[in-house]
Amino acid sequence: MSTPLKRVHGYLAEFSSTQEIFHAAEKVREAGYSSWDVHSPFPVHGMDDAMGLPRSILPRFVLVGGIIGLITAFLLQYLTQVVIYPTVVQAKPANIYTIPAFFPVMFELTILFSAFTALFTCLIMMKLPRLHHPLFNSRNFTKFSDDKFFICIEARDPKFSPEKTKAFLAGLGGANIELVEDEL
Amino acid sequence: MAEAAHDSHPPHADGPSRAKVLLREPLVLNHRSYSWVTNRICGIVENPQPKGWWLIVIPCFLLTCFMAFCFAYLVATGVGVWGPNHPVAWGWDITNFVFWIGIGHAGTLISAILYLTRQKWRTAVNRAAEAMTIFAVMCAGLFPALHVGRVWMAWFLAPVPNSNAIWQNFKSPLLWDVFAVSTYFSVSVVFWFLGLVPDLATLRDRCQPGLRKMAYGLFALGWRGGNRQWRHYEIAYGLLAALSTPLVLSVHTVVSFDFATSVVPGWHTTIFPPYFVAGAIFGGFAMVLTLMIPVRKIYGLQDLFTMKHIDNMAKIILLTGTIVGYAYLMELFIAWYSGSIFEFDAFKWRILFGPYTWAYFAMFFCNVIAPQVFWWKKCRENLIVVMVVCMFVNAGMWYERFVIICTTLARDFLPGQWDMYSPTWVEIWTFIGTFGMFLMLFLLFLRFLPVIAIAEIKGVLPEADPHYDPASTRRDNLVAAPVYEGDRHEVPPGTSVPAPRGAAPA
Repeated sequence: MSTPLKRVHGYLAEFSSTQEIFHAAEKVREAGYSSWDVHSPFPVHGMDDAMGLPRSILPRFVLVGGIIGLITAFLLQYLTQVVIYPTVVQAKPANIYTIPAFFPVMFELTILFSAFTALFTCLIMMKLPRLHHPLFNSRNFTKFSDDKFFICIEARDPKFSPEKTKAFLAGLGGANIELVEDEL
Repeated sequence: MAEAAHDSHPPHADGPSRAKVLLREPLVLNHRSYSWVTNRICGIVENPQPKGWWLIVIPCFLLTCFMAFCFAYLVATGVGVWGPNHPVAWGWDITNFVFWIGIGHAGTLISAILYLTRQKWRTAVNRAAEAMTIFAVMCAGLFPALHVGRVWMAWFLAPVPNSNAIWQNFKSPLLWDVFAVSTYFSVSVVFWFLGLVPDLATLRDRCQPGLRKMAYGLFALGWRGGNRQWRHYEIAYGLLAALSTPLVLSVHTVVSFDFATSVVPGWHTTIFPPYFVAGAIFGGFAMVLTLMIPVRKIYGLQDLFTMKHIDNMAKIILLTGTIVGYAYLMELFIAWYSGSIFEFDAFKWRILFGPYTWAYFAMFFCNVIAPQVFWWKKCRENLIVVMVVCMFVNAGMWYERFVIICTTLARDFLPGQWDMYSPTWVEIWTFIGTFGMFLMLFLLFLRFLPVIAIAEIKGVLPEADPHYDPASTRRDNLVAAPVYEGDRHEVPPGTSVPAPRGAAPA
C-alpha cells in the first residue's frame, strides 16, 4: 500500500467581512500574484477593480448571438414566404414589402439567440459546469456560500511559495489558513 | 424601530452644520446578518413543511390529475367537448390562455425592469415572482395546444414545411404568438436558472452527503463564488435583464395582435398593445401579492419581505389599474368618436343591452374601482384589505379577457349568427385544474428551492458594501425613515431559527 499522491492546489484564507476582503484583495494584487481568486457569497461591489480584473467581454458574444438570431429569423421568413413558396394569404403580398410582417419573429429570435448565447458563453467563461474542484476538499470552504469570504492563492502562481504565501495571507488578517490539496 | 438604537449615539463632529438627510428605509429589517438570511431561507427547504402545505398540495395534485383526464377526454373525443360554437370560436380556452400569460408578466417585470432601474427592493420578491411566471406560462401554453383540436398535428406550428411543402404563414399574428410565447418561456427559464445557481450552491454546501447533495450539486454546476466567476455572472445577469425587458413588453403586445389585427369590431383597436401590457402587469402583481402575503406569514419572512414591498406593489397595482381604467374609457370614447357604427354597436352590446353586461361591470368594478382604495396608506398597510383587493383584481383580469373575447364574438356582424356562449364541464374543470397545477408547482418550488434569492438579498445588506462604515450612518444629520405600522407588529419572534435537517458546517 502506497500513500495516495496529492497535488497542492493553493492556500486558502478566510475573512469575515467585505471590508476586510476588499482591502486584502488590493494587497494581493499589489503583491503581484496572478493565479488567485476571491470567493464570496455575493458579488462584492468594486471587487473587479480591487483585483485588477478588466470588464468581462461577454457582451460582445451576446451581440454576435443576437445578430445571428436576427439574420436567422429574417432568412427563415423571407426565404419561405417570398422565395421558396410565395403564398398570398388574406391578400397580403409575398414580396419585398412583406418584411414589416416579419418584424415580430425577427425580434423574438434576436432575444432568444442572445439569451442562450449569454447563458452558454457565461458558463464557458466561468469554466462551469464542473463536477469537482480541489477547493471542495476543504471543509471550511463551504462557508463561502453562507457568510465568509475567502482568498485562494494557487500553487501554480509563479510567485507562490509554501512559506511566504502563508505568512503573507496571515499578515493580511486571514483566519483559518489552510493548504488545499487534491488527490491526483 | 430599526433606527431607534442610533439615536443615543453621540453626534458626529460635522453633524449640526449639515442639512438633515432622510435615511433610506432598510431593505432587511432588524439588522439581520448574512447567516441569518441563509438559515432563514434554507430552513424553509430543509425543515419539514407545515401541515397546511400537505393540505393544499394533495387536492392540487388531484385537480391536476383530473385536468389531465379532461385533456385525454378532449383528445379522444374532439374539441367539441368544449363550449366554443359558431360565432364564439374562442371561448374560455383563449380567455384562460391570455389570463395566465398575463399573470406571468409581473415576474419578468420585477426581475428585469426593476433590476435595470436599480429598484433594490425587488431582491426579496424576484425569485418567487419568476417562478410564478414560469408556472403561469406553463398553464397558459396548455390551452392553445389543446385548442388546435388535433394535438398530434401541433407540430404544424413549428417552422418546418408540411407534406405539401407549404410553410407556415409568418404573416399571421397567431404564428408570431407561438414564437413570442415560446421565447418568453425559454428566456424566463434561463434567467431564473442563472439566478438560482449561487443559491443552489448554498443549499448544496449545507446538505449531508447523499442524494440531495448530489442533486443540488449537479444543478449548482460546481459554483464556487469566485470573483472571476461573479464578474461574468453579473454581466450575464444584467444582459438577460436587458433582454427580458423588451421581451416582456413584446409578448403581451403580440398576444394583443391576435385580436387587434382582426377586423372584428371591439377587437380592431390600436390601444390594445399598451392596454394589454398594463393589464398583464396589473394582474401579475396582484397574483404575486396573493401568493407572497401568505408565504411571508407562514414561513416568517417578515424581515425580508417587508411592508415596504407590499406598499410598493400596491402602488404599482394602483397605477396600472388606473391605466387599465383609462384604456377602458378611451376604448369607449373612440368607439363613439371614430364614427364606425359597427365599433360603436359592439360597445353598446358590451355595456348597455348585451347578454354579458354583468361581466363588463364586474370587470370594471374589480379592475378600476377596487384598487382605488390604495390611494390611502392605511389600506396599503392592512394586509386583509390588500388581499381582498388582489382577489378582486385576479377575478377582474379574468373577466376582462372574457368580456373582450366572448361578448364581442357573441354579437357578430350578422344578427342571424348571434348565439350565446356557455362553458361545458370539461372546460370548467380544465380551468380549475390549471389553478391546481399552478399552486402545486408553486408549493413544490417552496419545498425544494430557495424562495428568496439568498445571494442577492445578502448583497443589499448595508454591510455588504465594502466601503460601509458603521459610524457614518450614525451621524445625527440622518433622520430615520418612518416605520410602517405593519412592521412594528410583525417582528418575528427572536433570531432563533430551527436547526436545519442537514448538519450545517460549523
